[in-house]
Amino acid sequence: MAAVTETLDTVQSVTQSGYKWGFETTIEMDFAPKGLNEDIIRLISARKEEPEWMLEWRLKAYAAWLKMDEPHWARVDHPPIDYQDLHYYAAPKKKAGPKSLDEVDPELLKMYEKLGIPLKERALLAGVDPDSVENTQVAVDAVFDSVSVATTFQATLRKAGVIFCPISEAVREYPDLVKQYLGTVVPVADNFFAALNSAVFTDGSFCYIPKGVRCPMELSTYFRINARNTGQFERTLIIAEAGSHVSYLEGCTAPQRDENQLHAAVVELVAMDDAQIKYSTVQNWYPGDANGTGGIYNFVTKRGACRGARSKISWTQVETGSAITWKYPSCVLLGEDSVGEFYSVAVTNNHQQADTGTKMIHIGKGSRSTIISKGISAGKSNNTYRGLVKMLPSASNARNFTQCDSLLIGDQCGAHTVPYIESRNPTAKVEHEATTSKIADDQLFYCRQRGLSEEDAVGLIVNGFCKDVLKELPMEFAVEAQKLLAVSLEGSVG
Amino acid sequence: MLDIRGLAASINDKPILKGIDLTVPEGEVHAIMGPNGSGKSTLGYVLSGREDYEVTAGTVTFNDVDLLGMAPEDRAAAGVFLAFQAPIELPGVNNANFLRTALNAIRRAHGESELDAVQFLKLARAETKRLAMPDDMLKRNVNVGFSGGEKKRNEVLQMAILRPKLAILDETDSGLDIDALKIVADGVNALRGPKFSALVITHHQRLLDHLVPNRVHVLAGGRIVRTGGPELAKELEKSGYAGLIAEAA
Repeated sequence: MAAVTETLDTVQSVTQSGYKWGFETTIEMDFAPKGLNEDIIRLISARKEEPEWMLEWRLKAYAAWLKMDEPHWARVDHPPIDYQDLHYYAAPKKKAGPKSLDEVDPELLKMYEKLGIPLKERALLAGVDPDSVENTQVAVDAVFDSVSVATTFQATLRKAGVIFCPISEAVREYPDLVKQYLGTVVPVADNFFAALNSAVFTDGSFCYIPKGVRCPMELSTYFRINARNTGQFERTLIIAEAGSHVSYLEGCTAPQRDENQLHAAVVELVAMDDAQIKYSTVQNWYPGDANGTGGIYNFVTKRGACRGARSKISWTQVETGSAITWKYPSCVLLGEDSVGEFYSVAVTNNHQQADTGTKMIHIGKGSRSTIISKGISAGKSNNTYRGLVKMLPSASNARNFTQCDSLLIGDQCGAHTVPYIESRNPTAKVEHEATTSKIADDQLFYCRQRGLSEEDAVGLIVNGFCKDVLKELPMEFAVEAQKLLAVSLEGSVG
Repeated sequence: MLDIRGLAASINDKPILKGIDLTVPEGEVHAIMGPNGSGKSTLGYVLSGREDYEVTAGTVTFNDVDLLGMAPEDRAAAGVFLAFQAPIELPGVNNANFLRTALNAIRRAHGESELDAVQFLKLARAETKRLAMPDDMLKRNVNVGFSGGEKKRNEVLQMAILRPKLAILDETDSGLDIDALKIVADGVNALRGPKFSALVITHHQRLLDHLVPNRVHVLAGGRIVRTGGPELAKELEKSGYAGLIAEAA
């Protein structure tokens, strides 16, 4: 099986070089001073050339954040975060704004190469005419630290009427759309980290699919965290108008470093009548070393609102990175017969901690949701599924099916399942299934007896365990995800 | 040639094998018979490298290499195949993928080129056809939801595809009806040749009617207590093991 061979190669390269993507480019950075106050927020807003209403929105969020406390209900443990000891704005220095891809810093292009961004996409980023490669099917809005420096495929997307651009650009170019939707799914004071994000978010993607349009390609964003001590506060907003379809891919890697890095993103999705949004993530941020030093703190708020009848939002995530993952991609099922889906693989190894799951809030009649969660714990890690299924009185005949499976590797890790179920409608149906298993010695021996190395055997068994989720991923992500799973579990057996 | 000298092994400090001497020349099929608890399955596990068993004495060489010093996957690459008495389930792992990964690992170890999916499927389909097994055997997850008989047949299919030099069949015939039994016997017979040898662990003479061994060994109390030709199996079928064990004691 080719994927397994590739996995082996990946494992080898990782063992030899430590974290494969642990490099740092030497592009000059433009920092705001450390700390957070109204002046910093004004500075961010000014640098982004934002209109006044945006600044006010940020300041309102900041005021709310000041009154909030960091949440501690998740099963994660970390030293206190000093929010005044972080930079809240960093931008690559540029002579003039890159008007075309030809002007993109060659250092950046090298970085894409190291990241393994597919050749065809690199070629595009290097300035190849988008129309000449129209059938390439993937648009990349590359987020390098806080400023989007290159955007491709604009022409093709424009033709279809799709808007796909950095959110800072959307604030300037499409203020009415942004004003109408921003903060309506995740309100500024929703939670501590969402409020922080609302106050200081620096960039992210904005995507608008007009009525009846099927987005002509998968939309993809590569996130990078590259500046020392710089919190990364992404903000993404995707709006799918009635009858439209969009598939959005998000993938991440980050350079190795010793300091913990805070990441608090907010993603909002809105789906109108019959609209469908598929949001896929492969998250591979630096998880810290084998002793639990370093690594990213990932506190993310992702939520989708199925506002229209028969609308559908599907979250698929493969989480292998970060020292701490605090993430609950959720669906608010307002529309009649609307559908929410959550497919998740979360892998923790060494000292990683993941507290992740979803919330399915059923409001509309006949709304349906499916939750498939696969948690894999190895080393001394802790992996928690935390989910809420809520059937409100209006949710007649709503249905939910939840399956939570945990796989343990070794005897020092932990798997925890915390499902909350609330039903206030007697016609609603909620099903919950959960299993916990270990990779059995006899499974490993069986594979090895047939000639597989121990690492290949673990990779094969883990990929088998996650199959139900991996098959939901777009093809190119599925291959990457399989490799990631094996790499993340490297050295976890024996 | 498989050469076992003075092999002793224990599990959790309990001795199971107490000094086995056995030679299987290249090209021969030997049957191992014996009562329950005599150490037949342990012998299969020790030869294939299961880590739960501790080898306390003796040597095992296979084609002049020391088998006991090798990891299970290296033994597999050297040509050792164990057909499990209770084949293991691998949920979500497609049988064809599993087998191709295994075959390619072995081919890599031999410096041979790997087979791509198309080449592999061609080979695998030829084997399923030859063994009169349905094609969907390859599409299903490894042993998941298989009946007892299907699991055993899957072991034979794996053996046919991996082409071992030494096959150890651990009661592969148990629980099989006569048709399935023939498939197992045919599977081994098809591999028979000057470069193939097999250790067939069985309780029943029945299998040996279809898979005629060169030699039959009786294992009791962790030792080989008697060795003979195919007629020994027939004799045991009539008289049972009791006499032999008393004789050995």
